[in-house]
Amino acid sequence: MKILVPVKRVVDYNVKIRVDKETNAVDLNNIKMSINPFDEIAVEEAIRIKEAGQCDEIVVVSLGPEQSKETIRNALAMGADRGIHVKTDHSPEPLLVAKILEKVCEKEDYDLIILGKQSIDDDCNQTGQMLSALLNRSLGTYASKVEIENDTIIVTREIDGGLQTIKLKKPAVLTTDLRLNEPRYASLPNIMKAKQKTIDELDPSDLGIDMTPKVSTKKVEEPPKRVGGGKVESIQELVDKLKNVSGVI
Amino acid sequence: MSVLVLAEHNNQSLKEATKKALTAALKIFSPAHVVVIGNNCASAANDAATLEGVEKVLLVEDTTYENMLCEPTADLLFELMKSYDYLVSAATTNGKNILPRVAAKLDVSQISEIISVIDNKTFQRPIYAGNAIATVESSTEKNVITVRTTAFETAQVGSSVATIEKIDAGNNPGLSEFIEEKVSSSERPELTSAGIIVSGGRGMQSGDNFKMLESVADKLGAAVGASRAAVDAGFVPNEYQVGQTGKVVAPELYIAVGISGAIQHLAGMKDSKVIVAINKDDEAPIFEVADYGLVADLFDAVPELDKELEKIQK
Ligand SMILES: Cc1cc2nc3c(=O)[nH]c(=O)nc-3n(C[C@H](O)[C@H](O)[C@H](O)COP(=O)(O)OP(=O)(O)OC[C@H]3O[C@@H](n4cnc5c(N)ncnc54)[C@H](O)[C@@H]3O)c2cc1C
Repeated sequence: MKILVPVKRVVDYNVKIRVDKETNAVDLNNIKMSINPFDEIAVEEAIRIKEAGQCDEIVVVSLGPEQSKETIRNALAMGADRGIHVKTDHSPEPLLVAKILEKVCEKEDYDLIILGKQSIDDDCNQTGQMLSALLNRSLGTYASKVEIENDTIIVTREIDGGLQTIKLKKPAVLTTDLRLNEPRYASLPNIMKAKQKTIDELDPSDLGIDMTPKVSTKKVEEPPKRVGGGKVESIQELVDKLKNVSGVI
Repeated sequence: MSVLVLAEHNNQSLKEATKKALTAALKIFSPAHVVVIGNNCASAANDAATLEGVEKVLLVEDTTYENMLCEPTADLLFELMKSYDYLVSAATTNGKNILPRVAAKLDVSQISEIISVIDNKTFQRPIYAGNAIATVESSTEKNVITVRTTAFETAQVGSSVATIEKIDAGNNPGLSEFIEEKVSSSERPELTSAGIIVSGGRGMQSGDNFKMLESVADKLGAAVGASRAAVDAGFVPNEYQVGQTGKVVAPELYIAVGISGAIQHLAGMKDSKVIVAINKDDEAPIFEVADYGLVADLFDAVPELDKELEKIQK
């Protein structure tokens, strides 16, 4: 079995971003970038499946500028086998990402594709679902448990009301939720080894995809600031304020 | 122009989330149609038919749709979308699961979690955990949109009742099969529609200690929520999680107990009307968004709050 894991380079989850009023965009200068946390969980899951002897090869793919190679190297250092870098100036919208991934899957066949459920920058939560549609494959989103059987995959999903378990026909597309696993840290020897692993390059123009966006961003603003910081000294004061000032209880 | 709203329901009644998504849909175009897909779900269709602004309800009942499995539901919506310009759903796990699959089949992008409708092609949506708001414009005829329900009012019952049209089920591509669902049943209100929420974080130390919060919640008619850390530690189940990647809530009153206020948590609750924080660390970031912050040990403060509320109940 072969697994494909798409990974995205995003602003690190610990960074509080700022909107640049002049460029009308999020200021990404000198900001720490990392692998999207949900994608890291996807890489970890693929490695665990391989360690369980249920997968022969893990390929990671990333779309984006040259630095996306670092994100691929991260995943290779964790234990993925090789990488594919699709060079784009910026990260295209999810539909176009899904179309590129569809082409990647046409070049080589994958039995399983594991993606993060959302990227923490645009918060779209679409790519895996779209890819499953383009490939006409089964879909298991928000996975918190994955069990591979012969021709099927049992997936437990985090849903609004609790947990849902479904059985998917292989080949399948999965997206990860937070509680699927805890990603490992790459060890120093593995970081060194990852430098020797292959990263192939692909140019979207060679894939024959019309990259014209269907949705354009007109502007980006900061949300209205919440004025907080009020303090109370005691529970009595708190209850009094909630009752008599805010009128919420 | 025509708008189709996908209903969220439990095969019995329509969920509040859909009434909010309907309000957003009506800002795009009024009147709207609602599609109820499920099994033995006519009562949910009846609910939808009473709402103001609904012209017609499409009802599709079949065992295939009992649990709203993604692939057959998306195929059916794709067929229905031949006669509509917009597909709108609340950004529930069902909506988020199914709609992008329909969008890709239609060869359009999805606009996720809109918080306002500027015109029928222009929308606002939060990005970066709500730390920025993007105004986006679609260039396609057909559009697929999910709605952040906290940003819209609940649609009300109207003066007339819409017609309900039964539609035949589509094919089941047979790619997936439902096995089971573990849904905790609670007498408390649902997180996403509760007027008051009491949430606990890692500071709670155990699932047992959440009983203190439940006691407070029951006196206030509130729902109980949690931070990711509390869910990851196994104190409470996953459906309690509030935040960027959990549920987004905006109650009248949000009480955060033993929660530090990480960006990802704030993303899910900072639009609440009144925020209370109880935390022993006076530098916890949660205090920056709290209207009423109490620096205290929660193991003293919560029982005291419980007693105080008991007094005013009497
Ligand atoms: C991809 C990603 C997605 C995420 N999504 C979410 C999400 O949706 N929701 C979410 O909540 N988090 C999310 N997180 C996690 C987030 O970054 C924080 O780790 C988490 O919110 C911390 O939870 P906490 O505040 O309960 O724990 P901590 O940050 O550990 O805070 C515990 C607080 O309790 C206080 N405390 C301890 N003991 C007491 C006491 N006896 N009395 C009073 N106060 C006490 C402490 O002072 C501290 O402030 C996400 C993270 C990532 C990387």
